[in-house]
Amino acid sequence: MQSTARAFTANARQALDDAKLQVALARFPEGFPVKRRLAVERLPEFEALRDDAKEIKDHVLAHLDYYLERFEAKVAERGGQVHWCSDAEEARTLLVKLCRDAGATTITKAKSMIGEEIGVNDCLEEAGFKPVETDLGEYIIQLRHEPPSHIIAPAVHLSKDQVAEAFRAAHKDLPDDRPLNEPQEMLDEARAVLRRAFLSSSVGITGANMLVAETGSIVLVTNEGNADLTQTIPPVQIVIASIEKIVPTLEDAATVLRVLARSATGQDLSVYTTFTTGPRRSGDLDGPQHFHVILLDNGRTRMLGGEFREMLRCIRCGACINHCPVYGAIGGHAYGWVYSGPMGAVLIPNLIGVDEAKDLPNASTLCGRCEEVCPMRIPLPRLLRKLRDQQFEAGQVPPLFRYGLRWWARLARWPALYRLATGAGVATLGRLGRRKGRFRKMPFAGGWTNARDLPAPQGRTFQQWWSAEKGVRQ
Amino acid sequence: MKVALFVTCLVDLIRPSVGMAAVKLLRDAGCEVVVPAAQTCCGQPAVNSGDRADAVAIAKRVIDAFSSFSHVVVPSGSCAGTIKVHYPELFQDDPVMARRARDLADRTFELTTFLADVLKVGAIAGRFDAEAAYHDSCSGLRELGIREQPRALLAGIAGLELQELKGAATCCGFGGLFCVKYPDISEKMVDAKVDDILASGADAVLGGDLGCLMNIAGRLSRRGVPMNVRHVAEVLADMTADVPPVGGREARGSA
Ligand code: SF4
Repeated sequence: MQSTARAFTANARQALDDAKLQVALARFPEGFPVKRRLAVERLPEFEALRDDAKEIKDHVLAHLDYYLERFEAKVAERGGQVHWCSDAEEARTLLVKLCRDAGATTITKAKSMIGEEIGVNDCLEEAGFKPVETDLGEYIIQLRHEPPSHIIAPAVHLSKDQVAEAFRAAHKDLPDDRPLNEPQEMLDEARAVLRRAFLSSSVGITGANMLVAETGSIVLVTNEGNADLTQTIPPVQIVIASIEKIVPTLEDAATVLRVLARSATGQDLSVYTTFTTGPRRSGDLDGPQHFHVILLDNGRTRMLGGEFREMLRCIRCGACINHCPVYGAIGGHAYGWVYSGPMGAVLIPNLIGVDEAKDLPNASTLCGRCEEVCPMRIPLPRLLRKLRDQQFEAGQVPPLFRYGLRWWARLARWPALYRLATGAGVATLGRLGRRKGRFRKMPFAGGWTNARDLPAPQGRTFQQWWSAEKGVRQ
Repeated sequence: MKVALFVTCLVDLIRPSVGMAAVKLLRDAGCEVVVPAAQTCCGQPAVNSGDRADAVAIAKRVIDAFSSFSHVVVPSGSCAGTIKVHYPELFQDDPVMARRARDLADRTFELTTFLADVLKVGAIAGRFDAEAAYHDSCSGLRELGIREQPRALLAGIAGLELQELKGAATCCGFGGLFCVKYPDISEKMVDAKVDDILASGADAVLGGDLGCLMNIAGRLSRRGVPMNVRHVAEVLADMTADVPPVGGREARGSA
C-alpha cells in the first residue's frame, strides 16, 4: 500500500473536517472500550493472563529461528508447503505465481493485515485476477477502493448510507429500487454476492492470527465465519503471515486467545476460532487440496535485533487504537498506512522508515492509555519516545522546536540566569494579563492561542515570593 | 520532617499560588519546607522530544540539587512522573548516575500522594462551594497511580461535591509540546474533555497538574463558558477566596 503518512498533518485536518467521520468516531468510546472493560471485569485472572501471554511471545522472539523451523517441518509433515519471503515484493511475486499455477480467476480473501501491508488486492488485480474480500468490512472498503481505517473494524469510519451507496454502485445486477436502509438488508445482499464468489473461487487467501509450531497449525479468528469458507471451499489455500505470529504450542495459542478477543471487542472468544492443519486428508469432508504458507519477514528481523523488538509481541487486537484519544479525534486513515493508533505510530516508522512517517511518533500526548490496555504489555509510549530520540539525533526535528528546546534547556541548567530571564517576562505578562486573567493572542504562541486562551501568569514567580518571604533554601 | 519542594517551572512562572498552597499544606502537616535555589524545570519537554542530551544534563542538575533531602515533594503528577519514572531510564548506560536517579525517584512524591500516603493526612478541612469535576492527569494516574489520594483529602472540604467524569481516564489533549505541535488534534481532544465536563453539570474543575488545567481552562474560556478551574492544592489550602481561578480575572483592587 502506498503511504500518505508524510502528509499526516493535512490528513488529520481533513479528518477533523469530515463530518461523517466525526459522527462515526463519536460513537467509538461507548463501544469497544466499554465492552473490553466489562469483559476484563468478568475474568479475575485477566491480568495474570496478560503476563502469561507476554511471556509466551518474549520466549518465542528469543528463539524465533527454532520455532519457525519447527513450524515449517510440521507443515511439511502434514503435506503443506512453507515459503519464505523477505519483503513485500517477493511475497507478491510468489503469490501471483501460486495463483497462476492454480489456474485461478476469482480469488477469495479473508481479512489480513499482512495482505494490506503487501497490497495483495492491487497486485492480484494487476495480474488479471479477481480478488474478493470476504470480511464484510473489508468487502465494503474494497468496493470503495480505500484502505482499512482500523485493524479489526476496517470500515468503522463509514455510515450506513455510505455503505448502501457503495453497494448500489457495485451491485449493478440487482434492482435499483431495492431497499437498503437496514444493516440486515445490506448484510443479506453482501452474503448473497459473497456466496457466489466463494463457490467460484479457486484460491483462498487468509492471514493468520497465530502459527502453532508444535503442530504446524494456523489459527484464525473471525466473527463472520468468512475465513472458514475461504479456507475450506477453494482447492488451494494460501496463508500469508509475518514471522512473529508463531507460538510454541496449542496451549500457548489458547492463552493468547483468552486475551485477544477480550481486548479487541470484549467478547470472551470470537464467534469463530479455527485451527487448520495442512491440506485435506483422505476422509476429510472438505478443505483445500493444496496448502501454502508464506512466511514474510518484511522488516521483522530488523526489529527483532533492535530497540523495537517488544513491538513484535503485538497480536493486533486493536485495544490500543480503541483507547487512543488521538485516534478518536482523527480516525485511522490520517496515519497514512496500513496501521493506525499507537501501534501504528510505532510500527509504521519501523516498517516504512522514520523519514516516511516523521509525524507519527510525535502525534501523541504519551497519555499511556494504550500501554494500560495492551494485552501484551507493550510499552507503546516508551517506544514512541525512542523513535523521538532517534529523530532528534538524526536532526529530523523542525528547527524552531530544536532551538526553542535548546534555549529552554540551557536556561534550565543555569538557575540564576533562568530566574533573571523568566522573572522579567513573568512580571510583564502578569501586568498585561491582570485585568482579564488571560490572553486571547500571544506572539509565537499561535499553536496555543488559536484554540484556547492563555491563562496569564500571576505576575511574580514563586521563587521571588520565597526569597521575599526569606524561606529556607537548604 | 524536612521536605524539599520542587516547585516545577509552570507553577513557578505562571501560578505561584499553587506553590504557596503546597507550602501551607506541608507546614500544616508538620513539615519544615525547604526550596533549593538550584531548581528550574524537570526537563520533561526534552525527555518527551527526544532531546536526550539536554534531558540528561537537566536531570543531573536536579539530582544534584535534591541530593541531600529525604523527601522531595512536587505539586504536579507529570513532573513527579518525569523524576520518578523517566530519570532512571535516562541513565541506563551510566550505572552510577542510574543509581542516583533511582535514589531520587524513591525519595520523590507528588504532593497529594505525599500528604495522603506518606504523612497519612486524612480529609482536610476547608470550604469551596462547588460541584467540581476532578481531572486525573494522565501521568499522575498511570505513571504514579494517583486517583484516590486527592479525593480522600478533598473529602473534608465543606460545600464541595465531586463529580466523576465519564471519560475520566481520557487525556485532555495537552501533552506538553503536543498541543502546540498538533493544535488541531489537541483542540478536538480538549473539546471532548470540555464537553464531558459540561455534561457532568460541574461548575468547577480540579486537578493536580497545571498544564492540563491551563489547557482546559483556556479552552473553556475561549468557548465562553465560566468555570472555576483550580489546582487541588489551592482548594486544600483554602486559598480559593484570595486567588482567582486559572485563567480567571483578579478581583479589582487586589495586588
Ligand atoms: S499494541 Fe497491544 S493493544 Fe495494540 S494492537 Fe498490539 S497487542 Fe493490541
